[in-house]
Amino acid sequence: MTDLLKPPVHVEDHGHEEHHGPTGILKWITTTDHKVIGLSYTITAVIMLVIGGMFAEIIRAQLATPNGTLVSLAQYNELFTMHGSVMIYLFAGPFAFGALANIIVPIQIGAPDMAFPRLNALSYWLYLTGAITMLSGFFVTGGAANFGWVAYAPLSNSLNTPGAGADLWIGGLLLTGFSAIFTGVNLCATIFYLRAPGMTMFRMPIFTWNMLVTSILILLAFPVLTAGLIMLYADRHFGTHIFSVAGGGVPVLWQHLFWFWGHPEVYILALPFFGMVTEIIPVFSRKPVFGYKGMIFATLSIAALSLGVWAHHMFTTGVVLLPFFSIMSLLIAVPTGIKIFNWIGTMWRGEVWFSTAMLMSLGFLFTFLIGGLTGIYLASPPLDFFTHDTYFVVAHFHSVVMALVLAGMGGLFYWGPKITGYLLNERLGKAQFWFLFIGTQAFTFPLYILGLQGMPRRMAIYPHDPQWKGLNDLSTVGAVLIGISTIIFVINVVVSWKKYPAGDNPWDGHTLEWFTTSPPPHHNFYRLLQIRSERPTWDYNHPGHRALAHGQHEAHEENDSEVPAS
Amino acid sequence: MKVEAKILIGLGVFFGLMCLVYWNWSLENAGGVMMFAAMLLCFLPGGYYYWWSRRMKARPEDDPNATQAGGAGVVGAFPGTSIWPFTLGMGSFFVVLALVFGIWFLVPGLGLVIWAMLGGTAEGRRGGKV
Ligand code: HEM
Ligand SMILES: [Cu+2]
Repeated sequence: MTDLLKPPVHVEDHGHEEHHGPTGILKWITTTDHKVIGLSYTITAVIMLVIGGMFAEIIRAQLATPNGTLVSLAQYNELFTMHGSVMIYLFAGPFAFGALANIIVPIQIGAPDMAFPRLNALSYWLYLTGAITMLSGFFVTGGAANFGWVAYAPLSNSLNTPGAGADLWIGGLLLTGFSAIFTGVNLCATIFYLRAPGMTMFRMPIFTWNMLVTSILILLAFPVLTAGLIMLYADRHFGTHIFSVAGGGVPVLWQHLFWFWGHPEVYILALPFFGMVTEIIPVFSRKPVFGYKGMIFATLSIAALSLGVWAHHMFTTGVVLLPFFSIMSLLIAVPTGIKIFNWIGTMWRGEVWFSTAMLMSLGFLFTFLIGGLTGIYLASPPLDFFTHDTYFVVAHFHSVVMALVLAGMGGLFYWGPKITGYLLNERLGKAQFWFLFIGTQAFTFPLYILGLQGMPRRMAIYPHDPQWKGLNDLSTVGAVLIGISTIIFVINVVVSWKKYPAGDNPWDGHTLEWFTTSPPPHHNFYRLLQIRSERPTWDYNHPGHRALAHGQHEAHEENDSEVPAS
Repeated sequence: MKVEAKILIGLGVFFGLMCLVYWNWSLENAGGVMMFAAMLLCFLPGGYYYWWSRRMKARPEDDPNATQAGGAGVVGAFPGTSIWPFTLGMGSFFVVLALVFGIWFLVPGLGLVIWAMLGGTAEGRRGGKV
């Protein structure tokens, strides 16, 4: 164990540590370095994205014809359940807070590591084993879980869904749930206790702020899911009747517990990606972020409100307080709108550099706007009654989650060079962007129309109707384009392997991670700099400019572009 | 510490108010209980930070004019490598498999969990490998 000194420390002090540790598989198993753990998370989460994506491609292939016979009806149930579960539980969340946040947050605040490095390692092992547990459902008799990613009671009880697949789903979620809780604790403690001198709360990069708020939400919401899962397991195996009418229980209680976690989860997924684009857009517009404090308060109010909207997923149960949840849901649109306004304000009159990361962020903005606006429709009970359980809902949340995928890809292009020391190929990156962006719109747009025409979700077959067939075909084409974009990404990683050295600061970045080397040394910094604004690295690289107070931004003539725009 | 405390207490107050409105308006208890618990979960660390923020002088990281030298000193102890998180993770894995495949999985599961807890604690006291 090293008693770590705060910088300034000498290079020699830390140089030796890197050479003594174990290597190879033993390094992977025993590491407590947040960067290595974060990288393991990144790789695992991207694999989950590919697995979940393959399920989605099979689903879309099945739906390309009205009476598709690619999979059986029972297999289709497993597929959409596991597609949703893998994407939500095993990709989007872990990719955000386990992968990128784990690597970037400590560096952004000038910390040597996460506050609890061993707990951090434990989080990864719980995540990995949880993923294996959930996916192994495909190999047991009866197949994987098939009650949808929300596992509504009474469908999820032992009578309606017997078999090990469902139990593996519950067990996997218990493991990944604890993994998320531990990461939340770790991030909170790191941000509260390990900031570098001068890194006051209101100088933290927005990404770090968003991760702090995300972590608080994780700590508020995930225990409810875990408790719910234990009750569900008890109902299935110990003969309790918490969720069954027969024994005096209340099935709809499951929905309350699930969505009390589930809606905050939507923001647990979204806020980190908001944070990513809020880092990317200012850097590639060569301006400070517009409305720094406004961004933070918007994030905090989204978090606060998100705990009071859970039952907008339950409007059609007929037993929830419609006005309360409708009002709260509509209120969330306000801080979200502020964010969109600030993102556009940041680009306004900036020198926008259309790198892949920036294109991905713009793609995010557009796609998220569509998802957000259609969400406002769904927050209105009369409209929701009309579209509930149709493809309109599927289209709405895929606009949102595909926006997050775009942002996440932007994050990989932006921070990847910091993590690996090498840039990705920009041409392939741009090709990937266009496939992903156009594919996303082609995939979701027809689903909105199908939904309004009443096509129900979670159905393997649909009536013969030339128009429905055409719209479904278009959607399938979109899904194929998205699949191609992922292949382009993999090719990019292979062909750019150790090819384009990035240097410490390829984008003329603003925040502390661009001050250290790429990849950063063990314990992150050889030296630190004076922190006087929320853009310490930029201040250091542009000494002629006075440090700007929060929220203020310069007229763009003042910007200099030392880095050539590509 | 002040900002940290304010954020958590602020969130707690908001959840408390929401709980009051919801409790009186709805015909259902689960949501009210959960919002009340959320409020407590915010007040607990928030109150702790507030208590401390009044009793200590601003830390270098709370001081806008801090210099790097001013913050020099021991930050904390960071283990270099450790096998115990992996052991604990595998133990938990087996415990969960016991839920599905039979109680006997608890034997390796709990065994590994206990072993990892003892080993990890001992390592923390002794100071592990760097
Ligand atoms: C390649 C891109 C994707 C395609 C083509 C796709 C396709 C689909 C389709 C067609 C359905 C509806 C199945 C049905 O109701 O019968 C669905 C459901 C779902 N998808 Fe995706 N999806 C994609 C990406 C994602 C991502 C990135 C996420 C989350 C991060 C996600 C989360 C979900 C969820 C939660 C469901 C609901 C599952 C359920 O009904 O239980 N999807 N997807
Ligand atoms: Cu919601």
